[in-house]
Amino acid sequence: MLLDTAMDFCSTHSPVTSVRTRIEEESDFSDDLWRQVIDLGWTAIIIPESYAGLGLSMTDLVPIVESMGRNLMTTPLVSSTLAAHALIEGGSEEQKNTWLPRIAQGAIATIALAEAEGSWNLKQLTSFGTRTNGKVQLSGSKNLVENAAAADVILISINLEGEPVLALIEKSLIPDGALTREIIIDETRRAYQLDLDGIIIDESMLLASCCLKQIEYATLLLLCAEMAGGHAAVLNVIVEYLNTRKQFDRYIGSYQALKHPTVQILIDMEASRSHLYHAATIWNTATEDELEIALRMAKAHASESFAHAGDRAVQFHGGFGFTYECDAQLFLRRALWCQYQFGDEKYHRQLLAPLLLD
Amino acid sequence: MSVSEQELKEFREEVSAWLKENNPGDPGFLLPESFMEVGTDEQFEYLRDWQSKVYHAGYLGMAWPAEYGGGGKPQVFQDIVTQEMARQRVPFMTNTIGLNWAGPLILSRGTEDEKKKYIKGILSAEDIWCQGFSEPDHGSDLGNAQTRAVRDGDDYIISGSKIWTSLGTYARYMILLARTSTDGPNKYAGLSFFLSPMKVEGVDPVPIKKLTSEYGFCQTYFNDARIPGTCIMGKEGEGWQIAMETLMYERGATGGQAGGLAAMDLNINDVLELAKRSTRNGKPALEDPLIRDRMVQFLIEAKGNALMIPRTRITALNSERPMAVAMSGKLRGTELKRRFCQFALSLQAANGGRFVGPQAIDGGKWQRSYFNSFSATIGGGTSQVQRNIVGERVLGLPKS
Ligand SMILES: Cc1cc2nc3c(=O)[nH]c(=O)nc-3n(C[C@H](O)[C@H](O)[C@H](O)COP(=O)(O)OP(=O)(O)OC[C@H]3O[C@@H](n4cnc5c(N)ncnc54)[C@H](O)[C@@H]3O)c2cc1C
Repeated sequence: MLLDTAMDFCSTHSPVTSVRTRIEEESDFSDDLWRQVIDLGWTAIIIPESYAGLGLSMTDLVPIVESMGRNLMTTPLVSSTLAAHALIEGGSEEQKNTWLPRIAQGAIATIALAEAEGSWNLKQLTSFGTRTNGKVQLSGSKNLVENAAAADVILISINLEGEPVLALIEKSLIPDGALTREIIIDETRRAYQLDLDGIIIDESMLLASCCLKQIEYATLLLLCAEMAGGHAAVLNVIVEYLNTRKQFDRYIGSYQALKHPTVQILIDMEASRSHLYHAATIWNTATEDELEIALRMAKAHASESFAHAGDRAVQFHGGFGFTYECDAQLFLRRALWCQYQFGDEKYHRQLLAPLLLD
Repeated sequence: MSVSEQELKEFREEVSAWLKENNPGDPGFLLPESFMEVGTDEQFEYLRDWQSKVYHAGYLGMAWPAEYGGGGKPQVFQDIVTQEMARQRVPFMTNTIGLNWAGPLILSRGTEDEKKKYIKGILSAEDIWCQGFSEPDHGSDLGNAQTRAVRDGDDYIISGSKIWTSLGTYARYMILLARTSTDGPNKYAGLSFFLSPMKVEGVDPVPIKKLTSEYGFCQTYFNDARIPGTCIMGKEGEGWQIAMETLMYERGATGGQAGGLAAMDLNINDVLELAKRSTRNGKPALEDPLIRDRMVQFLIEAKGNALMIPRTRITALNSERPMAVAMSGKLRGTELKRRFCQFALSLQAANGGRFVGPQAIDGGKWQRSYFNSFSATIGGGTSQVQRNIVGERVLGLPKS
């Protein structure tokens, strides 16, 4: 039923026309839409009741993010949830007390793990922290940080004396000019470079445990949800055109050159959903190996097949597919973004191989 | 006329030196890779000046007849220039439709007057040409084109619209496929072919935004535009036949083009070069066995394509299906490019998700090239339709 509500909400509030308007706008997301998301309680879903949340799990967020993906809807829900998840997994009691209730009520949070080189290995860090008198002096930069300009708090990863650690930076500590908007392929999103040079944080802002793996897993799950939704939607865009465009006095969907690959896109989409729902279902109960396998399979499959669906969507629209006006490009851009964040298919298959074969 | 090896060698040195000297260099903005991507006035002016310079130095249309503005030399000279241009990666010749399809068409079947009027302007880039074949409702099914050309005294009145017109706003002339009659025995019979002026009242090219978010092609509206009756090429009803001839030039299946570099494409060696400076997990990407394997596959495929060209010159090696190589050239080349651009993004890891701008690897040209690669898998006949054509004409499979 959550899926139904979510589907309804996202299709009403994020029709393609409004997605296109959003792309043009300066602000990172619609405040109005965000307010409604907060009112629906979605920002509180994964936050434990003891921190004023709903005490549900990441599993419950999957249908919502899937619906958002289907409608290319963007809000800080995913980035805030991922930051909250990191706090739940690795934060101190004080950090949780400070931030979780606020995030539940709609404070904006985000995670900043990527760096200039774009490496998918999250432990390979070239931004640094140095301890001095109870403070940590930061240097280097973080990249592709979503929603950073609006964030009340940013969770960063840094190399602190040779070890990866996570730390919180509150908005007030970010100097003017430290955030630069980055141009990314998915125009519905906003990403920033965060320059850390000169920022000094209190040691109490360091997370107790460096739960990079848990953050990676949650990100994979939600990226897969977003991709499954997008994949379903782009399939509909293709099917709609194949059923209405005629050439040689026939619907182009009658040509097997288009019909058969479109069926494959459907099959791939259904497989992506099965992998996603499996990972979501075992999220709370699986052993670590089981979960890792499920998530990496899901991401490997979705990355490749959604990007392929976007690519074919352009091709199957002919000249119209080559225009900005055609929705195919919106989904192709979305697919490419998702494909290259947190590991593409080759990356995950390589990590799966020893888990499955040895 | 036979040319000595020595003469050719000297010529190559001369051209090579000239290109080195005159290469217009980095303009400070991202250049298009082909005429289909020209989207801004600064790109256009830069490319047009360059073509003009090459022509006036005597290095374009070298094998076209001298009386119309060509060089009147054996083809081998032009081939050397084109090779050197590719090797030095100078900008391409932007009047592609004129140089490579309208031009050879006019030379092969145009009247004396047409040759005198058009050929020189094509070479010098003074007269840019565009192509008015596709329509909103008829692209792959070109034979169904509905734009009307109605005889009115000495003129034709054109009405309807063409779409995806590359270079439409810059062009002085269009090769236009339009319907002069609707009651022939089949849809093809009523089509006629025009060398049609663009800068006349009633012709209105309106730019369309591309998926890259740049501009670069147009919808061209004809609101009862009056063009002289002499613009028709051949006779009424011969349009389809002439259009097919044009497409053979366009797809490179027939020779006679003016030559010169037609595109400044990224190629497989550029991908290799990108791979060499990419990293994966902190190590050189080329140490990754998956990347190595994929890279080698691409190199094999690209080499195979390159080897096809010299092979076609030896008739005995193509006797079973003489058109197989020529007719599949566009399909092979464009699909390979689309796939290797995708691969190039994957080499960039998370940075694959960037787009054109200073922070992206190589300014985002790989992302832009991937998107633009569809211009060639769709334009000039889609890959799906190309496969139908090869299946039917080369393999003799039944028509669908
Ligand atoms: C960048 C670019 C530049 C262009 N420049 C020009 C130009 O300068 N002048 C000009 O006249 N045209 C130009 N074109 C148009 C181009 O030639 C057409 O887009 C192309 O022929 C396809 O026609 P369409 O767009 O109507 O697509 P459609 O014919 O509607 O095709 C839609 C889909 O159906 C498929 N399809 C159609 N028929 C069949 C079939 N029988 N069997 C299997 N699949 C089929 C196609 O492969 C495609 O995937 C350009 C196109 C692009 C993308």
